[in-house]
Amino acid sequence: MEISEQEKITAALNEKYEDQILRIETLYDFLTITVKSEKIIEVIQHLYKHPHTKFQFLTTMCAVHYPDLNQIAVVYQLHNLVSNNRLRLKIYLPAENPVTPTLTTVFPAANWMERETYDFYGVTFTGHPQLKRILNVEDMIIFPLRKEYPLEDQTREDKNDTMFGR
Amino acid sequence: MQANQPVIDQNPKEEKQYSYLNLGPTHPATHGIFQNVLKMDGEIIVEAEPTIGYIHRAFEKLAERRPYNQITPITDRLNYCSAPINNIGWHMTVEKLLGVEIPKRVQYLRVIVMELARISDHIICNAVIGVDTGALTGFVYLFQQRELIYEIYEEICGARLTTNVGRIGGFERDFSPKAWAKIDQFIKEFPLVLQEFANLLERNRIFMDRTIKCGGITAEKALSYSFTGPNLRAAGVDYDVRVANPYTSYDEFDFVIPVGTNGDVYDRFMVRQEEMWQSLSIIKQAIAKLPEGPHYAKVPEFYLPPKEEVYNNMEALIYHFKIVMGETDVPVGEVYHSVEGGNGELGYYLISDGGRTPFRLHFRRPCFIYYQAYPEMIKGSMLSDAILTMSSMNVIAGELDA
Repeated sequence: MEISEQEKITAALNEKYEDQILRIETLYDFLTITVKSEKIIEVIQHLYKHPHTKFQFLTTMCAVHYPDLNQIAVVYQLHNLVSNNRLRLKIYLPAENPVTPTLTTVFPAANWMERETYDFYGVTFTGHPQLKRILNVEDMIIFPLRKEYPLEDQTREDKNDTMFGR
Repeated sequence: MQANQPVIDQNPKEEKQYSYLNLGPTHPATHGIFQNVLKMDGEIIVEAEPTIGYIHRAFEKLAERRPYNQITPITDRLNYCSAPINNIGWHMTVEKLLGVEIPKRVQYLRVIVMELARISDHIICNAVIGVDTGALTGFVYLFQQRELIYEIYEEICGARLTTNVGRIGGFERDFSPKAWAKIDQFIKEFPLVLQEFANLLERNRIFMDRTIKCGGITAEKALSYSFTGPNLRAAGVDYDVRVANPYTSYDEFDFVIPVGTNGDVYDRFMVRQEEMWQSLSIIKQAIAKLPEGPHYAKVPEFYLPPKEEVYNNMEALIYHFKIVMGETDVPVGEVYHSVEGGNGELGYYLISDGGRTPFRLHFRRPCFIYYQAYPEMIKGSMLSDAILTMSSMNVIAGELDA
């Protein structure tokens, strides 16, 4: 992506939501904008409609748990298929009670992506039509991709990993 | 109400009776472990409720505890019909993070392997569409060629289905003369077989009546559901990662993106047919233009050194130990890389915190994203159309459930 394209995107965002932007960076040619979590849906809707951006394709979304910050980041990746621009939007939510509005009003594709994010991180998407677990069993009580849950059962005694420090 | 009075129905328009049908989880016609609870009005589907996750294996969690080169076998098991694309996509993600310059020969060899994988993926999907419409002949016929592709994989990397092909930085060895001979045999035989398969189905009146206007989706709907790959192209959107964001020198090859118009089963079938021809032409171009050079890049921290060097060279021994024990630190970074998989844009979103394992690895799995449109696509259609729609969407259980 050229510099001018990136400037166009940030200018479009600045028109209305300048106060929402926390950080703009380019990570491996990928424009990444961190915004405040309150108005994320409005920001995405703005970028969806704005003639200079038209991000009308949701590539993927996922969450990341940062135990040191005690925060969960929700990452949206948008794509404009016509001009072939990509944009990554990030919001940070408190890890204890992550709540954010649903994106299914803009993209129907967000339905299962949000269910997956809820399933693994416990992020509650308010207004989601059917927010329940999708890949894990329904009576699971933890959110397994959070960092506090280790991969293997720590009480196991039949495996000795001291040599290789896994 | 008095005792002798006849009971009059207060609500004459009594609610219609629906029957519920459990399709799956292990139904021979669904080609994988999918469950759909169908609300049926006679043979018409009113509502469908898919349940997924039967073979969920926690790949994203597993990846957080594995060194980078040990994540490749995990990617095999996503879309296991085209495992080399997944492997090479992952290698390229790590190479992007490390900033490695990949030799031209490696890129061309990768193109050959990936296009072979795409052909084998499309063979499965199209042959199975034939089977579900009652034409078993083409299936048996095409699967001989798929077997030949698997023999080529065997010559290249030693495995057939879960290939684990290549390494970060290149290939473990250059293609052997036997592998080249098999590839030449494939290039010679496959067009004849594919043409015969095309003659069998493409203009077959029974097949066309069965598949046209069955399980269709409009381009707008397909985009809003984030369709990618042949399913999106069948709806008429010419988005292909190989052209939009060329990787491994795809910009140096001459090929077209076939698109459909209705997005129905027939269009998806035809798009895949044409893509097989295009892939074949890409393989031929890659062989014709194949540059000389090394078959691996200079990334000693990740590329396992040859055994002779390990025994005779101290540095090689150290690198060998570090790679095998997974003790190589990776720079901090956040990278997204996507390749055109067999059924759509396969993306890797990788966050590294500088450790030996990824901090977070998210797979953008195309069929997980487009399978959620399935209930909408089969609403109002017959049960047998639902089976056909699913097989034409090329939903792979391993990729769906991660």
